Parts: sequence; structure tokens; C-alpha cells
Amino acid sequence: MVKKIMTGDIAAAWGARLSKAEVIAAYPITPQTIIVEKIAQFISDGELKAEYLHMESEHSAMAACIAASHTGARTFTATSSQGLVLMHELLHWASGARIPVVMANVNRALAPPWNVWVEHTDMMSQRDTGWVQFYAESNQEVLDTIIMSYKLCEDKEIQLPVMVGLDAFYLSHTSEIVDIPDQDSVDKFLPQYTPMYPLDIEDPLSIGSLSMPHQWYSEFRYKIQEAMDRVIPKLNQIEEDFYNEFGRRYTGPLELYNTDGAEVVLIVSGAAAGTIKETVDIFRKKGIKVGLIRLRMFRPFPSEELNKALSKASFVGVIDRSFSFGHEGAIFSELKASLYGAKHSPLIKNFILGIGGRDITIDTISRVYDNCFNCLKNNKIDNPVEWVDIKV
Amino acid sequence: MKRAGIPTEEFIYSGHTACPGCGAMLVARYLLKVLGKNTIMNIPACCFAAIPGTFPDTCLGIPLLYNAFETTAATASGIEAALKIKGKKEKITVVGFAGDGGTADIGIQALSGAIERGHEIMYVCYDNEAYMNTGMQTSSLTPMGATTTTNPVGKHGGWKTRKKKNMMEIVAAHNIPYAATVNPSYPMDFIKKIEKAKSIKGPSYIHAYSVCPTGWRYQPEIGLEIGRLATETGIFPLYEFENDTYTINYKKKTKQVIEYYKLQGRFRHLPEDFVKEVQRVIDKEWQRLQDKEECSHR
Repeated sequence: MVKKIMTGDIAAAWGARLSKAEVIAAYPITPQTIIVEKIAQFISDGELKAEYLHMESEHSAMAACIAASHTGARTFTATSSQGLVLMHELLHWASGARIPVVMANVNRALAPPWNVWVEHTDMMSQRDTGWVQFYAESNQEVLDTIIMSYKLCEDKEIQLPVMVGLDAFYLSHTSEIVDIPDQDSVDKFLPQYTPMYPLDIEDPLSIGSLSMPHQWYSEFRYKIQEAMDRVIPKLNQIEEDFYNEFGRRYTGPLELYNTDGAEVVLIVSGAAAGTIKETVDIFRKKGIKVGLIRLRMFRPFPSEELNKALSKASFVGVIDRSFSFGHEGAIFSELKASLYGAKHSPLIKNFILGIGGRDITIDTISRVYDNCFNCLKNNKIDNPVEWVDIKV
Repeated sequence: MKRAGIPTEEFIYSGHTACPGCGAMLVARYLLKVLGKNTIMNIPACCFAAIPGTFPDTCLGIPLLYNAFETTAATASGIEAALKIKGKKEKITVVGFAGDGGTADIGIQALSGAIERGHEIMYVCYDNEAYMNTGMQTSSLTPMGATTTTNPVGKHGGWKTRKKKNMMEIVAAHNIPYAATVNPSYPMDFIKKIEKAKSIKGPSYIHAYSVCPTGWRYQPEIGLEIGRLATETGIFPLYEFENDTYTINYKKKTKQVIEYYKLQGRFRHLPEDFVKEVQRVIDKEWQRLQDKEECSHR
């Protein structure tokens, strides 16, 4: 194992390289560009044996990945923001086709106005496309999650595409120390991809043909959900194997930070978790019982795990770095639905934070925790969905 | 007994759902007869997507991948790249098979990208001159004067007045190694060109004339006659673009546009003056094509 200082984008490229992706079809977009540039360099230098396709759009990039995967190649692509939403049609296609594409998405806000900084709306608005969704906190996690994602999505019981989100600039362009796993160990961990139903001239199948209402369409859709139901148990097993091979432990769809005995628990996804952990430490030193749940996975949504983790919390503050217009933050909605009918139902409030890359600081989080305690003290939520520090 | 030049083996079996007299079916049959068993085909939403059968049935003897409407060329690119990295490309032909809307309208960006990248794929546009699978809406390849459901004829005209896009010129502008027009009414020419396209190291484009009795409104049994008229009038000239040179394969432009137009219900509303205007445009296009052939061989 070699340690190197690298950005999240470079870590994503290393994830694809170590996973031996064979076809990379991509289109450049800030702040994803370094991922595809680095992969192209790996190929030029002979360090990765792969076909790099300079696609003319993200839409075509995903189409090419789907086709290459059907033909038997391990495929990778990376995008961000506008590129991801342009792919939307093909995201549905990939899961419908049960294709194990792995994609890195640098989480970035959507225009207009133009904004290239972090926000999660790009990925949150793909929640119904049948993709497994991870949100990383560190560059190490980006690299490791990509390797684990291949193992997950190529599993015969899963066969679903995976996107790995990394926050624009906070991860994509920020350097951290990253352990690069040995290629031999990765090869041992992640065997070669063999599709179940490839395009094969010796066994000519028609793949993706019409299915009428009385035929099999409903069943195809139902089986996607059946596979989704298997994702979390499978992930837990893969993370255990990963720990045994590489010595780094991941904790399934959630990371719990000081939640034991916590009165107020915040929930967040992405790199802002780092700042919140700092704030938790400061509060805990003062004897204030706060904790954090980092949501690593948004699809499938880990309802059971969250209910269990929140079984003793008095107050839950859900931080959404995205917004579903006409309603509220997406994680907030999902969590409330998960808690419906639960034995223990904490008070819950939504904080909309960090939109369009606005910095989330220790000061911001401290005020969020204070607000939670105030609500708790008054046993009343002042404003169920609060846009924090909005200037209008 | 083998019929001279036409392979006897079939890769489209009975039980398909094409309309009687479907031109696309004839195009696909000839195409696959030449390409043979070692072929992977992909098709977007189009008439042909509804033809081979519903899951899990198929009437095709080759692997077929259905793709999203605008992604035929990108999908073929992905198949080709995977075959290359797996070391299987040498023996397999990858063919994208799309209609005129899927090629000239929604799929043109992907087609442009794939040709520029130089994938070793064959792209076949079967041109039935409208969105026939959805019920004959106008495409950019609907010809001058035709009525469609989105160019309905009323008191104030309403038929399509613009020329169709020239897809051959668009692909030629990409310096494609090989492009050709084919017409199933000329099967030997058709087969020869598919054989040539198959041998090309790089992208090739085939623009296939594809009659549609349902949408063009004529009796199915005269489809091949209509096809011959299309070429004899110069409306659908048979030619190739190879190594930057044009070669016209059928030079006898002996018939008038009106002879072709009068057989089809989609042109029946046209006043004489408009048909004359179409004749003028077709004559000019034919002259330009001859000029291009002459210039490129100079």
C-alpha cells in the first residue's frame, strides 16, 4: 500500500484504475474534469488498459457505457451537475437494463444562475432512477467506495448501477493523504466482470424488447426493487471483506459519530460531516450531548438503520444540501416517512444549508445545534424547514 | 440452388409484426443476409423496435440491443469499444439501425460524434421519410410536398414545403471513409455496398430508401416499383462517397417527379405548380451531384 497526497478527483480516477475499468466514456464538466483527464493519462501511460471514448455529451457517454457493459466490459464514467441531469433518461435506462455501471458524480449546483460549487440537488433529483447512491466524506472514501461499488453492482443478486458522489471542490479539488491499495489485493477482492446476459453472437438474444402491460414489464420493475432490498446486507458483507483485505472499516449506509447518549443528533451527507464532527467535539467537551449521523447512502434509503440509530435521540436536525421545490429537503422527507409509526419518534427539523457551495462552518453548525436545543426546551419547532442564513 | 449474388441464409425469421410491404423489413433482410451471423445490431425507438417481437421472443438470428431514441450511434460506439478491449472486434460487425427521425433529428449529435471518433461501426438509416412508428409525423427527412399528421393539409396549404436534409452530405463533411445510398429495388447494388461497408476499417454510413405503404398511402404490391421510380426520377439517387470521391451508381435519370408523386396518397393534394417546383429542386440536386462526382474524380 502506497500513501499519496491527492484530490478527490484523482482518488476517483485511481478507483477506476484499480478496478480495471475497461471502457471509459465521458464528457468534461467542471469540477469533474480532473477525473477523466487523469484516467486518460493512465491509459496514455499504459497504466490502465482501457478504451477511452471522447463522447459528445454526457447523454451519449452513459449510452456508450450501457452498451459496453452489455457487451461484457467493465465501464466507468464521471460527471457532475448539468451533465448528470442531462443523463437522466439513460440513468433510468441503466437500471432498467440491470447494468453495473459505476459513475463518480462531483456534486455541484444546477444553473441558473451558473454555479460550479457543491450542492446535492443534482444527485438527489436522480433518486428515482434505480441507482444506488453513495455520498463520500473523504478522498479515501471516494477511492474505496468505487472499488466496493463494482463488487456490489456486479453481484449477480444486485446488477444495478452505482453513483458515488463527491462534493465539488471540498473533495474534488482538495488534497488529502490517500492510501492506494495494492493492485494484487484489489484483483483478489474484485474478480473480472462477467455479465449474465451478454451480447453474444453464439447466443443471440434480443435485449430490451417490448413488454406489454399483460406481459413482464411490472415484473421487471418489481425485480429492481427486490435487488434494492438486497443492497444493504450485501454492502455490509462487502465492507467486511474490504476490511479483511485492506484494513479500512466502513460502517454500511450510516456513520454514527457520538450518537450514544446524544440528545440532539444532526444528519448530513457529504464532506460537511467533517465540520460537524469538529463541532460535536467542541460541544461534547462542554458536556453538551450532541451527535451526528452521516448518511453515506441515500438509495436504497436506510430506513431501518436510521430508526435504530435514532431510537434514543430527543431531537433530530436534518441538514439538506439540496431542496425539493414545493416541499422540503429530500433527506428530511425520507426520514420523516421512515419514522412514521416508529415506537420512538423524536422531534425533527429541517435545516437547508450550504446551497450553491455556501460554506458550512463550525459557527453555522453551532447555531444549528443551539436552535435544536431551544426547540427541544420549548417542545416546539419554530420553523420546520429553515433556510439558514438566507439574506432575503 | 443459390440465387446469384444474394445470400440464401435468413437472419429474420417468420412471426415478425411488420406491415405488409414494409420497406424497412426488406432493408433489414438484405442487410443481415450480407452481414451474416457475426453481427451485433442495435436499434432505437423506431418501427423496427416493434417488429422483432415482445420479450422474450425475437425473430432475429443475431444479438440485438435496444437503445434509447437518440443513442444509436453512441450505443454502437460502446459495443465496438467493448469488443475491442475484449479482443473480439476483428470478427464481429457492429451495426446501428435507425429510422430517419432517429438519425437525422434526435440522433444526429450521437451520429456526428461516433463518425468523428472513427469507431469501426456501420450505421444504417432506413429512411421512410417520417416518424412512421408513432403515426407519420414530419421528420427532417420528410420530402417536399408530403402531408403528414403534423403537416396536415387544410384550406391554407399545410404540407411540408422545405427540402429534406441531405444526410449523405452531412456524413461526407465528417470525412467518413465510406457512405452510400441503397434502395432495395436494386438488390445487387444494395448487397455490393453492404459488403463494401462491412470491409471498411472505420465508420460507414448507409442511407437506405425504405418504402412505407401505410404512411405513404399506396398499395403494398407496388412498393418495389415506387422504389425504382425514386431512383429513376433522381429523387433518391444511388451513389457512394468513398475516399473523398463521389460515384453515381445509376445514371439513367429518365422519369419525371410527377410519375413518382402521383402514385402516393401523401402527395395527392399538391397543385401542379408545386410539383414543378419539386422537379426544379430535384433537377438542381441531380446536377449538383453530377458536378460533385466530376470534381471529386478530377
